[in-house]
Amino acid sequence: MPNFDYEAPTSLSSALELLARPGENRPLAGGTDVIDQLKSNRRNADLVVDLKRIPELLNIDSDDSGLTVGSAVSCTEVHNFTAEIGGFAALTESSELVGSVHIQNRASVGGNICNAAPSADTIPSLLIHEAVAHTASASGGREIPLIDFFAGPGQTVLEKGEILKELVLPAPSANTASAYLRFIPRNEMDIAVAGVGSLIEVDPSTNVVTKARIALASVAPTPVRAYVAEEFLEGTKIDADAIEKTADLAVGSAVPITDVRGSAEYRKELIRVLTKRTLTICLERLA
Amino acid sequence: MSKKQIKTTVNGVEHEILVDSTWTLLETLRDQLKLTGTKEGCSNGNCGACTVMVDGKSSCSCLVLAPEVNGREVTTVEGLADHGHLTPVQDAFVDNSGLQCGFCTPGFMIATTALLNDNPHPTENEIRLKLAGNLCRCTGYDKIVRSVQDAADRLSKA
Repeated sequence: MPNFDYEAPTSLSSALELLARPGENRPLAGGTDVIDQLKSNRRNADLVVDLKRIPELLNIDSDDSGLTVGSAVSCTEVHNFTAEIGGFAALTESSELVGSVHIQNRASVGGNICNAAPSADTIPSLLIHEAVAHTASASGGREIPLIDFFAGPGQTVLEKGEILKELVLPAPSANTASAYLRFIPRNEMDIAVAGVGSLIEVDPSTNVVTKARIALASVAPTPVRAYVAEEFLEGTKIDADAIEKTADLAVGSAVPITDVRGSAEYRKELIRVLTKRTLTICLERLA
Repeated sequence: MSKKQIKTTVNGVEHEILVDSTWTLLETLRDQLKLTGTKEGCSNGNCGACTVMVDGKSSCSCLVLAPEVNGREVTTVEGLADHGHLTPVQDAFVDNSGLQCGFCTPGFMIATTALLNDNPHPTENEIRLKLAGNLCRCTGYDKIVRSVQDAADRLSKA
């Protein structure tokens, strides 16, 4: 463990002031990634700034315009809150897949994003629900569409002194459904070999897809959208055949590596199967 | 290295202690407060041997910094029994042989207590899913699952 100082500010402005100081200053939400990385010397820190005493970062709220999730809100809270309000099924599902219950009680969805693992389970769900990352820094803040937030494995576009403040997700229309599935070799507590989140909005009178969003995990240096598959599906009448074709096209957006968790070929096949399954689940949810 | 003065309630007892910024809650519990019921296994959040409750929520104490529990309530395995009277969860594990070497047991006690607080009547699938963050290398889990089912029965009759 490196030698670091610890502060737990109670206001966003004092947190930003601490993070802007010289040195390696690391924000801490649930800590389930950061503390492990510090212990194993994979990340360094001079100062750890605990964000869990800052009320606006612990806020989760929804209204007619959508859902706002503070960056320090735990996966358990995101799961329970979205299960209660409905409409964000992929996020409800994926926030229950991040490690064990003990991890979900601590780990934040914001931290899952800022850790920027290509395999992060909550990211495809947030991408298909068109999340916008609202950041804060001493000099102001930015609104970054989540797809533009990632710079590589473990890397985000956040600058020194800038933190993720909250995620804002627009309210989906009534004719929208989403789902997230990942493949792991066991039933729980593992890192996705591949993951797919799908969202479709369907015109109930014609069964034509008016919006399609498909996002993939663990098959590129960052989470990716399957744009070609989305474009094909939008404007198409949805049925088993259209789902098959969309799944085939989604494979084209996957550029996986071969590693201990699976070969590149296997991961591509998983993308095909998981895209098909998530779209089928969406269709069932709309029925 | 910087020290932080914190005030924390552990098993109902308030402690005002000086902790190093870099210590984990696990280290503070075991080495400073001598509460060695909480075990260190993997030390990276996979095995659950160090599970404690922080403000009633099960957490891996190896992934909590000691200064984080300032003002919070911590419950360890030592805080479950009341003056030597085991809880229904503890009794159920004893009676169903839900342990062999016992190293993982404190974590299972806390995890099961937290699970049954949230969901008093879990299905077998729910038990296996919600306790997936606690590893046992002895029992093969069947006796643990039976212990949890029995604990749920005992609590619902209590």
